[in-house]
Amino acid sequence: MADEVILLDYWPSMFGMRTRVALEEKNIKFDYREQDLFNKSPILLEMNPVHKKIPVLIHNGKPVCESLIQVEYIDETWPGGNPFLPSDPYQRAQAKFWGDFIDKKVYGPTRLIWGAKGEEQEAGTKEFIEMLKMLESELGDKTYFGGETFGYVDIAMIGFYCWFDVLEKCGNFSIEAECPKLIAWAKRCMKRERVAKSLPDSNKITKFVPELKKKIGIE
Amino acid sequence: MAERSEEVKLLGMWASPFSRRVEIALTLKGLPYEFSEQDIANKSPLLLQSNPVHKMIPVLLHNGKPISESLVILEYIDETWQNNPILPQDPYDRAIARFWARFVDEQIYVTAMKVVGKVGEEKDAAVEATRDLLKLMEKELVGKDFLGGESLGFVDIVATLVAFWLMRTEEVVGVKVVPVEMFPEIHRWVKNLLDVDVIKKCIPPEDEHLNYIRARMDSLKLKSV
Repeated sequence: MADEVILLDYWPSMFGMRTRVALEEKNIKFDYREQDLFNKSPILLEMNPVHKKIPVLIHNGKPVCESLIQVEYIDETWPGGNPFLPSDPYQRAQAKFWGDFIDKKVYGPTRLIWGAKGEEQEAGTKEFIEMLKMLESELGDKTYFGGETFGYVDIAMIGFYCWFDVLEKCGNFSIEAECPKLIAWAKRCMKRERVAKSLPDSNKITKFVPELKKKIGIE
Repeated sequence: MAERSEEVKLLGMWASPFSRRVEIALTLKGLPYEFSEQDIANKSPLLLQSNPVHKMIPVLLHNGKPISESLVILEYIDETWQNNPILPQDPYDRAIARFWARFVDEQIYVTAMKVVGKVGEEKDAAVEATRDLLKLMEKELVGKDFLGGESLGFVDIVATLVAFWLMRTEEVVGVKVVPVEMFPEIHRWVKNLLDVDVIKKCIPPEDEHLNYIRARMDSLKLKSV
């Protein structure tokens, strides 16, 4: 039976990138449909009526919402190849903890860095660096967050990498100086062909952010 | 039957919905555990050591190894002890259950907190917003005894936050946020929950709980003056 997989997404979204990477890593053919978030399509509104947000994964007509839920769904539905989550329940819990950490603690400050000014922006930058350092400490000297294999936490975090350049410019700081191990990790991930093909170039994001700010009415 | 010595300890708080949901899961699985009441105003070394990232309860310690974040803990419990499953088996059903659990915690809870924390117009707006979110939960309950279907599941355990915290604050807040005329399915669901022994056993005793909520609200009001 042929699977029909559709992804409703928005190219700069670090959340959408997770699902793209997950699908590519499992070698799943999918129909990528770029969404206009300023003019939401009927399919987006129908498939995610609660939040009206991307990404939305539609598998044989049934929608799955929330990027980390999608990553887990992909892992459970297509178990062949490299599993994203380890089999040991304790290690799985640790991976989910860090995925949740990235959602709750890392994303928020990024919006202040590119979207705010003055004290607010500074506070965002400070917070972001602190959170990255926690992640870096968790990574330690491992190849990937899960150890030797690329997995759930790597997928949760890698989409932020293409945003690093614009964040550094806006916040006037160097992520490599603060977190060299994290940058080394990101570069290792980007060497994976399926990861690299799922993510936009840094400079595309850097060009996009000022346009985005105009569109949402921030100076 | 214990094949090895299982030490299960929960760092929690008696009035916290996040802590209580873990107790529900442990009790559902028939697992003996040691409960350690934590003082959030004066965090214990064990709490700080077990959850250095967030420094929050609940934290489950299984044979000394800590797991934090209530939803992560629930899934850990379900995967480690496979009797009386909490999450469904099918990947799609699991994705839906996870979606609604997050919806309760990230949408309903966050919005409902504003009902308690704000006054006047802002409070009215928070009540409206909470009701809009609850209408989605109401829809999910049509034709079902529980959010999990025929029996108590993951989302029900998480949504006890609505049944026994949000709905209990109505008395104290003085607003019927969840009137039965608007939410007959939710009210029916709460009755179903109260028929489940594990739930009855694990939710905070009503009078004590109401007193606690009242005291917290008063202290919040004092802060905003």
